[in-house]
Amino acid sequence: MVTAITSRQCRAVLGRLAQTVPVLFGVVVISFLLTRALPGDPAAYFAGAAADADSIEQVRESLGLDKPLPQQFLIYLGDLARGDLGQSISTGQPVASDLASRLPASLELTLMALLLSCCLSIPLGVMAAMRPGSAIDHLCRVVVTAGVSLPTFFTGILLIYIFYYLLGIAPSPLGRLDFIYLEPDRITGFYLIDAAIARDWETWTGALKQLILPAITLALFTLAPIARMTRAAMLTALSSDFIRTARAAGLTERKVLFVYAFRNALLPVVTTLGMVFSFTLGANVLVEKVFAWPGIGSYAVEALVVSDYAAVQGFVLAMAVLFVLLNLCIDLLYTAIDPRIGFDAQ
Amino acid sequence: MLSVRNLAVGFQTRRGFVSAVRKLDLSLDKGEILGIVGESGSGKSVSSYALLRVLDAGGSITAGEIHYSGMDLRAISEKDMRDIRGREISMIFQNPRAALNPIRTVGSQIEDVLRRHAQASSQNAREKAIEALQAVKINDAEKRYHAYPFELSGGMCQRVVIAIALACNPQLLIADEPTTGLDITTQKAVMDLVRDLIRERGMSSILITHDLGLAAQYCDRIMVMKDGEIVEQGEPTSLFSQPSHRYTRKLVDATPREGDSIRALLPPEARTPEPARSLSTDILLDVQDLTKTYQGKSGPVQAVKGISLQIAKGQSVGLVGESGSGKSTTAEMLVRLLDPSSGSIVFNGQDIAGIAADDFARHPLRSDIQMVFQDATDSLNPRHTARQTLAEPLKRLGRLRKRELGSRIEELADLVGLPNHLLNRFPHQLSGGQKARVGIARAIALEPSLLILDEPTAALDVSIQAVVLNLLVDLRARLGMSYLFVSHDLHVVRLLCDHVVVMKGGEIVESADADSLMSNPQHPYTRELLSAAPSPPERRISARV
Repeated sequence: MVTAITSRQCRAVLGRLAQTVPVLFGVVVISFLLTRALPGDPAAYFAGAAADADSIEQVRESLGLDKPLPQQFLIYLGDLARGDLGQSISTGQPVASDLASRLPASLELTLMALLLSCCLSIPLGVMAAMRPGSAIDHLCRVVVTAGVSLPTFFTGILLIYIFYYLLGIAPSPLGRLDFIYLEPDRITGFYLIDAAIARDWETWTGALKQLILPAITLALFTLAPIARMTRAAMLTALSSDFIRTARAAGLTERKVLFVYAFRNALLPVVTTLGMVFSFTLGANVLVEKVFAWPGIGSYAVEALVVSDYAAVQGFVLAMAVLFVLLNLCIDLLYTAIDPRIGFDAQ
Repeated sequence: MLSVRNLAVGFQTRRGFVSAVRKLDLSLDKGEILGIVGESGSGKSVSSYALLRVLDAGGSITAGEIHYSGMDLRAISEKDMRDIRGREISMIFQNPRAALNPIRTVGSQIEDVLRRHAQASSQNAREKAIEALQAVKINDAEKRYHAYPFELSGGMCQRVVIAIALACNPQLLIADEPTTGLDITTQKAVMDLVRDLIRERGMSSILITHDLGLAAQYCDRIMVMKDGEIVEQGEPTSLFSQPSHRYTRKLVDATPREGDSIRALLPPEARTPEPARSLSTDILLDVQDLTKTYQGKSGPVQAVKGISLQIAKGQSVGLVGESGSGKSTTAEMLVRLLDPSSGSIVFNGQDIAGIAADDFARHPLRSDIQMVFQDATDSLNPRHTARQTLAEPLKRLGRLRKRELGSRIEELADLVGLPNHLLNRFPHQLSGGQKARVGIARAIALEPSLLILDEPTAALDVSIQAVVLNLLVDLRARLGMSYLFVSHDLHVVRLLCDHVVVMKGGEIVESADADSLMSNPQHPYTRELLSAAPSPPERRISARV
């Protein structure tokens, strides 16, 4: 019976992935058209300031930009089918390898930030819901409002000023790893994981030290939605009839709170978490700039400024794929939390 | 065993302190079943929550004493109280599906209680939980152990709630409207089960209900509550034959029972003679072989399996069945909100089954077939005043203009007995009975010839149900309407209808004249429905008309 369920779920997952193909194709078309529609001429930029009309034209030809749009699109599609995302004209590297090095940096930062944020906001939300109107409820409100109203670049600079400049306990905010450490062998691209696999605890500590300040900066910004949603969902769950049944049966307050109320409150929290994850990943470019973090956000902005078509398209496509996978994960989580939701029923 | 003296309970609300229960005195002997009867807002549920100290946020006991087996339940610590809950005193609730944790298997929920009160260890918890399920007569208990509440029927869920309550062999069971929302045959099964278990284990019980008939059938003693106070108490038979308090008399009157006329539901002073009405033999609605098939997850589901019925002009037909019988689907098809899969609906000589539900909204016959919906609250737009609600059909279908509109609305309000000053109120500012009146006024605004009533009194207190049913009788005579009255309650249907159709599993099992169906039911299912309805003791006081 167990295997039957898993094979059915596998098929459902594959079916869901197949459904996303048209979406991804739409993303490819739109990102292609939008990059072309933006002002700016990559050929002129690439040819340099001293170039004359002839050399610009030469560069244009070599980039394939002289061809009509439909033909350019077909060539792009053909490249995509081979797994070739093209060449970035600003870094000179293949876009695929740029993304491969920068995406894990962003993911590591975002995930760490969300982890910190959840560790703080979920207990805060639960405690606020247990005693609405109490001191802890007000504290929760103040903390999350402060977190969301301070811009990330400001919090980032403030943290650097205090912990690096004044106290000197944080390393210099210059990227993912101080130059005294060697980069760990690349397996996942996440320094913390790679260093742990290599059992290089010195590097691991170094990477963590670099990570902690930007992660806190981002975490403060994402506290609000998670804490507020946890509070609201817990309040709803705690006022449900089944909580009264559990209390009338004499169950301990801990059991009532965590096994009965909290698990029922998880669903909206997970939904919010997914949304927060997507907007943080896309919007952490300011934090990346402040901490010189080689992430995907700053990469995309730089590429956009110079009309680096391949890089921008690659970025958009990568994000689209990431969101598709994220939504799939959240749907699978739903089914794990709530037996009423059948995955194949959707 | 349990004695309550001078109990007062209040709630801290935004508009200040509200007293819910005052001066409640109550005593319960071992083995006794006490009924507390009252309508909504009487404080009956709040009193029971207070006994177990599980009041909702803001609620508190402000005065009085509660003694249980020598313990002062007001004085003992919360920790000791938790030991008593479920172990000594248990509770079962209304709306059983909501009373169970939706994402935990029923087996685990029973185990939680067993292990909390050290009635089972991790080794034998499963076994004991299955035993508890078997005790409440759940078939295939081992399989049900793994079921989630949403996979079980309402009656099954209530059995699980009972299993949780009785798992640790408590001495006192408090049942708070345990059968509200359940079908009448399920209600009987659940109540019989509870009574048998209580007798078997020598427990005491408090049954809280709005249904005087139910309380009379299952309780040794009944207390009647109104506005937070006990107004009368006594044995069921004496309470019914000699109600001394005005309110009890009103409740006793309003409880439908065999043989009485619809006017007998009202207090004696309001019993005007039933208006005369003309019954014709002309067929108004002729339904032939109507079916409805839904596309379910596991293949097609046939909700209505080819039913045929006729309604003559001025006739009232009752459509009776339990949940899942297809009666609501049938009603929705007849009122043309839902498209039938096959069959014909001939209304006044015109087949309207072929007109798509979406188009029927603009069809000239739309104003001729109207509906009164089940839930008076949910079927009114919360942002529309009563006046706006009534104006809607008059503007859209009646094409009435300003002055005419205003006078017609006031006329309608008079017709349904809604005071004119209430017309500018929003639904939440109206009482249940007033909302029901607005819903009825909206349906009759265009003077339809056929009114379909989908359990219009299911959510109302009995005394209000009595008034609304009588209003419907008056309106029928005045406007010459035909009714299709959909209900699960044969006793209510009998009062209002000339002809009764009984549905089960999407089919009509019996169709007969109301009186002959009640006195001489042919189909076993009809007999089951009739016998399952609680029968209140006979009222010996003369029905003064």
